[in-house]
Amino acid sequence: MKISRRRFFKIAAAAGGAGILGKSKPARGVEQFTGWPDRFGVLTDLTRCVGCRSCEAACNEINKLPQPKVPFEDRSVLEKERRASAEYYTYVNRYADPKNKGQWVYRKAQCNHCDEPACASACLVKALTKTPEGPVIWNEKVCIGCRYCMTACPFYVPAYEYSNAFSPNLVKCTMCYDTRTSKGGIPACVEACPMEAMTFGKRKDLIKVARKRIMDRPDKYTDHIYGEHEVGGTCWLYISGVPFEEVGLPTDVGTKPYPEFTRGFLSMVPAVLVVWPALLGGFYMFTKNREQETEEEEVIPEEKEEWS
Amino acid sequence: MTEFVGKQKVFQSWVREKLFLGMNLKAYLKNLIKPFNIVAGIIVLVGLPFIVMRYAQGLGAVTHASQDQPWSLFLSWGLFTGVPLAATGYIMASAVYIFGQKQYHPMVRPAVLTGFIGYFFAVMFLLVDLGRPWRLPYPMISSFGTASVLFLVAWHVALYLSTQFVEFCPAVFEWLGANRFRRWAIAVTVGATIFGVILSTLHQSALGALFLLAPGKLHPLWYSEFIPLFFFVSSIFAGLSMIIAESTLTSRFLKHRYSPGYLARLPDLTLGLGKAASFVLFTYFGLKIVGLAHGHQWDLLSTTYGRWFLVELLGFVLLPSFLFAWGVRSRSVGLVRFTAFFTILGIAVNRLNVSLFALNWKLPHRVFFYWKEFIVVIAIITIEILVYRWIVNRLPVYREHPGYRESEFEESFQTSKAIL
Ligand code: SF4
Ligand code: SF4
Repeated sequence: MKISRRRFFKIAAAAGGAGILGKSKPARGVEQFTGWPDRFGVLTDLTRCVGCRSCEAACNEINKLPQPKVPFEDRSVLEKERRASAEYYTYVNRYADPKNKGQWVYRKAQCNHCDEPACASACLVKALTKTPEGPVIWNEKVCIGCRYCMTACPFYVPAYEYSNAFSPNLVKCTMCYDTRTSKGGIPACVEACPMEAMTFGKRKDLIKVARKRIMDRPDKYTDHIYGEHEVGGTCWLYISGVPFEEVGLPTDVGTKPYPEFTRGFLSMVPAVLVVWPALLGGFYMFTKNREQETEEEEVIPEEKEEWS
Repeated sequence: MTEFVGKQKVFQSWVREKLFLGMNLKAYLKNLIKPFNIVAGIIVLVGLPFIVMRYAQGLGAVTHASQDQPWSLFLSWGLFTGVPLAATGYIMASAVYIFGQKQYHPMVRPAVLTGFIGYFFAVMFLLVDLGRPWRLPYPMISSFGTASVLFLVAWHVALYLSTQFVEFCPAVFEWLGANRFRRWAIAVTVGATIFGVILSTLHQSALGALFLLAPGKLHPLWYSEFIPLFFFVSSIFAGLSMIIAESTLTSRFLKHRYSPGYLARLPDLTLGLGKAASFVLFTYFGLKIVGLAHGHQWDLLSTTYGRWFLVELLGFVLLPSFLFAWGVRSRSVGLVRFTAFFTILGIAVNRLNVSLFALNWKLPHRVFFYWKEFIVVIAIITIEILVYRWIVNRLPVYREHPGYRESEFEESFQTSKAIL
């Protein structure tokens, strides 16, 4: 990789304090912006999901993931609440329906493809990026495996291949970016769903669709589109008949985009870089001076315990 | 031929003097057989197979490999606890060279060495923990995630490690008898110190800032906007306590390496450090209270996590602050030394709380660490101690070079002023 001189200085400045002195432009996907206008997304309607796991099977196939120990037709896996793992990008969980006793509500889960992803702002090598089309994707070529993205993701999405010694990958849903969506296709899981529980489209259109469904059947839906504002907005949206905390979606994540949480700290860095050397140098001169004066007075200072 | 033999002789005597502590190989090896070495050897031998396993079979072979709690003890101990404990170097160097506390001058070298080794081994822990450790230099050379706090940490740890090496160079050159190089190294000391303080301020706090990105995951009692400040301030008393602890052990077990003058002054210096530590601990306590009030978290104190938080705050911050103060007042060096060890434990408790116990507190099933991680950590710490001892047994760390003049540091300042 060739680095021009100019670029080098920019990087050096950024390294000293990420985006300092001269205001260097923050990374795409983590800067203050309202999102790519034509980004795609998926709307999942939980009232339609029947927990058949067809989406899981389709995801497994298109992404050439390892064969599962329990076949996809076997619904016994639903008994335990799962999270995304190194073996599957997406999974269906079931939750007791608070409205109808003895019934279940199902939720398909995967990466939510945040508009300003926590994971991307955590990555120190830019292995995770937000594409203009919407999906958040991971670059195998630069990831060093620090797993900070996993700590940062508010939805516990990224997983790691711990048993791989030589090329462990970070594993997460790509919204079929390489295989389908970048070529005008729709994600495999969306296509596979027999209940049409998911709709793929431009995010702004999906919001309208979701709003209309809620308006038409206010008795059926909770009046909330999960992902419209959560963590600053996500490309994957959900509507549901039950409150979202009942189906394992965190409702305490707030609406502030996650990169904002560290922006304050990072912007303080340049100040430290400028003020500190001056301050410390000043202190040095000051102590020097004081010493000289005391020497002139020929007093040997006894100040053993006086520094704190 | 004779010239060759002569050279060989010179080399042999160099090896004997510089590496084998003036003994021949046989005597040196025999001298190694001591209880401490045997125990240390066993620990390392037990740990090594696990380290090999980690590289042969992947991280999952030795860690709990949790998807929810992706960081293992390697980072919680090696990075998050190891780095504040290695704050020794910047604290002593700035106290002496910048704030003019000249009486602490003999402590600078051990402090810089402790810091250097601490950082060096923090990097070793990183190499164990990273999924693809051979890519460690990527953030420095090929792929720049400038919006990441971790990017800042990576750069600063790398730069600071080099800075501390420069700061320690005079000792290395004295050992090698390279006088001219020694003067050059001394000439940059003040500049390196200022640079080191800047780097330390930033990355000590950046380690805390890493957790700013986990607002929903870190327990609200530990999560605070002030967490960078907490991490920075606590690194000060962590470093001070480490210097006291380190000098306590070495002045006892490596007494012969101390110059008599330094040894005689050590109790007084220890009390001085204790006083400083007491003050900083108290400041930190105040800051934590402000943080608590700021977040309106009082009601959480009655939960289990809350009680644990109080144990940390009262037991490992306020108590040692008083103990230090009391020890200084009653001029009890023993109490100050005990409190230093206690404070180090407190730092470990705090960093493990933030990076392990209070993180992901809402998850129903928690895993903390796997016993194999623990064995690897203990083995690496043992190697760390052995390396430290190897160095102080050979290099002039606890004694001043006969040629040392304070005026050299004035020159050094002039030089660095010119450079800056
Ligand atoms: S859900 Fe998690 S992994 Fe997916 S984009 Fe958001 S932060 Fe990244
Ligand atoms: S594990 Fe890889 S993708 Fe995740 S933050 Fe680290 S380098 Fe980036």
